[in-house]
Amino acid sequence: MSRACRQAIHASLRERLLNKAIIQLNQVKTHFPYRKNWRGQPAEWLRAVDGVNLDIVAGECLGLVGESGCGKSTLGRSILCMAPVVSGSVLFHGKEIQGLNDAKLRPLRPKMQMVFQDPRASLNPKMTVLQILQEALFICPGFDHRRSLERSAELLDTVDLRPEHLFRYPHEFSGGQQQRICIARALATEPEFIVFDEATSALDVSVQAQVINLMADLQQRLNLTYLFISHDLSIMEQVCHRIAVMYAGRIMEVQRAQALFGSPRHPYTKVLRDALPVADPRQRRELATLPGEVPSLVHPPSGCRFHTRCVYATDVCRDAEPRMSVIDTGNWVRCHHHEHLQANDELKAQPLNRSTEIKETP
Amino acid sequence: MSDLDFKQLAEKAAADHRRHRRYLLRLVFKKRAALAAAAILSLMVLAAVFAPWIAPYPDQGKGEVNLADRLQPASFNHYLGTDVYGRDMLSRIIYGSRISIFGGLIIVVAAALIGVPLGLLAGYREGIPGAIITRVVELVLSFPAVLLAMGISIVAGAGFATAVIALIIPWWPWYTRLVQGEVISIKHMLYVEAAGMLGYGRVYILFRHLLPNILTPVIVMMLLDFGPAIISIGLLSFLGLGTQPPQADWGLMVWEGAPNILNQWWIAVVPGCAMFILVTAFNLFGDRLKEVLSIDSNQ
Repeated sequence: MSRACRQAIHASLRERLLNKAIIQLNQVKTHFPYRKNWRGQPAEWLRAVDGVNLDIVAGECLGLVGESGCGKSTLGRSILCMAPVVSGSVLFHGKEIQGLNDAKLRPLRPKMQMVFQDPRASLNPKMTVLQILQEALFICPGFDHRRSLERSAELLDTVDLRPEHLFRYPHEFSGGQQQRICIARALATEPEFIVFDEATSALDVSVQAQVINLMADLQQRLNLTYLFISHDLSIMEQVCHRIAVMYAGRIMEVQRAQALFGSPRHPYTKVLRDALPVADPRQRRELATLPGEVPSLVHPPSGCRFHTRCVYATDVCRDAEPRMSVIDTGNWVRCHHHEHLQANDELKAQPLNRSTEIKETP
Repeated sequence: MSDLDFKQLAEKAAADHRRHRRYLLRLVFKKRAALAAAAILSLMVLAAVFAPWIAPYPDQGKGEVNLADRLQPASFNHYLGTDVYGRDMLSRIIYGSRISIFGGLIIVVAAALIGVPLGLLAGYREGIPGAIITRVVELVLSFPAVLLAMGISIVAGAGFATAVIALIIPWWPWYTRLVQGEVISIKHMLYVEAAGMLGYGRVYILFRHLLPNILTPVIVMMLLDFGPAIISIGLLSFLGLGTQPPQADWGLMVWEGAPNILNQWWIAVVPGCAMFILVTAFNLFGDRLKEVLSIDSNQ
C-alpha cells in the first residue's frame, strides 16, 4: 500500500477512534487449566491472555506482535469466542459477545473470520475446494447449489485462482494457493473483521509478498478490518496501520506503525526493533538480543511483566503494575519509565541505576 | 459463467481423480505378491459363491455320506481324496470356504459397525462418555479374546451363529480404540476449528469432517483383520463350538481328520492348507493396500 494512501487512512483513523471501534476488548483474561488437583478441579491456570485492553477500529489493520508463546493466537481466538475467556468483555459493534451461547453466537460468526498459520491443516483433505467454500456459503441465507457455484467461482477469482480449481482437492495446490483458498473461505461469509493468525509465516518469501498484497488489496476493496498476528516486524511495518506489542499475556504498547519503529516507547519494543536486521551493509551493527526467555505464564512476574529482562527495571517495576499512559488517541504504552526513557533520546545510552538485583518472582 | 462451463470443469477434474485412483490401483498390483494374493482371493470368493456349480459333488459338500468311497487318496474321481464318511474333499473344501469367508466378513463388518461409532463418540467427547467407553473397551480387552469367545460359545450353545457373535464381542473394542485415537489426533486440526468458527455444530463436524478422515485406517484394519477372524472361526469349529457336523467347515474338517493323521494325512492337512492360503492372501493384499494408501495420504 502506498505511503500517501496510508497517511490518508491515518488521518481518518483518529476521527473514527472517537466514534465506535468495531472490536473493544476490556480486561480480557483467557486462562487454561494447567494443573488439576485431586478432585479434578484446576489448581493452577496458564494465563495466556491476562487483562488485555484493545480497541480495533473499523477499516484498520491492527498488527499484534510478540514472541512465540506470549498469547498472540489465544488473543485472536478469544476475540472470535473460540477460547475460554474467564473474565472481561469483548464488544463487537458495541455489543457484548463474550459469554453468549452457541445459538446466539451463530448469527454473529459469519461477521468474524480467521485465517490460520498452516493452510494445509486448515483445509479438509477429503473435500474439494467447492465443498470447502460451499460449507461457508450455506450458512448464509439464500444460497442454492447453482448460486453457490457462481459465488464460489467469484471468490476464487477474488483470490486470483481459476474456476477449474473448484473441483480440486487441497493437496493439489501449493502452499500459497492453499492459503488463498483459506482467504477465499474467510471472505465467503462477507465478514467485517478477519484475524490473520501468522497467516504468512508458513509461506516462502515471494509467496508471502503475494498473499500480503492480496490482503491489502482486499482490505481496501471490501472495507475490511484486520487483526494481523505475526512475529515478523518487517512485514507488519508494511501492512499494519497500528501495531500492538504483546508480552507474556499483556499488551505493552500500541502505536502507529511508523511511530513504533521511529520512536518506540517501551523498552521491549525497542529491543524488538533493534533485533531487526537492516538491509544496508554499511550500517553493520550488533543485532540486539534479549537475555532470558518469556516468563512462565503460569507464574507470571509481579508488577511489570517485563521487569525480569528489562535493563531499565527498578524497584517500582517489580512492585507495581504500570498504568496505561496515553501517548495520543488510541496509542498508549505500559511502562513506569517511558517518559524518562523518551527524554533519553538514545535509549541505549545509560541504563538506569538498578538498586537491587532483580530475580524472577515465583 | 454458464452452467455448462461448470459441468465441463467438474468432469475434467473427476477424470483426473479417476486417473489417479487407477494409478493407485496399478501401484497396488505392481507388487507381484499382491497380484497373486488378489487372484487367489477372487478365485476363492468366486468358488464360494458358485459352490453348487463348481463343486464336483455338491451334495457331499453339504454333508451327504458315501460310505463306499471312505478314506480314498487323491485320484481323478476325487482330486483331493475322500474323508472318513467317503465325502469328496474338494467339494467339502469349497463348501467350507463359504463358512470361513462369510463368517470372517460378518465378524469384521459387525465389529467395525459397533466399534467405529463408539470410537467416534469416545474420541470426540472426552469427558464422561469417553471415560465410560474407554473403561468398557479396557475391560473387554483384558480377557484373552479366544477364551472369552469360547466361554460365550459354551454358555450360549455351540453353532455357527453363536460362534460369530462370540467372536464379535471381543473384536469390536479394537476398532473403538483405533477410531478414538484417530479422532483425538484430528479433532484439533484447523479445518475442524474453521468449521466451528463458521458456526457449525458438533454433529455436523463429526459426520462431515471427522468420519471421512478416519475411514482409511478403518478399512485397512478390516482387511488385515479378515485373516485372524477366519482363523478364530476355524479354531472355534475345531474345538466343536462352531459349525456342527455334517456341515463343512475347515476347522471342523481338521478336527475330523486328526485321528487319522498318520494314515490318511490329507483329511486334516488339506483344509489346514486351504486356511493358510486364504489368510496369507488376505494379509499380503491388506499389507500392500496399506502401503499404497500411506504413500497416497503423504502427498
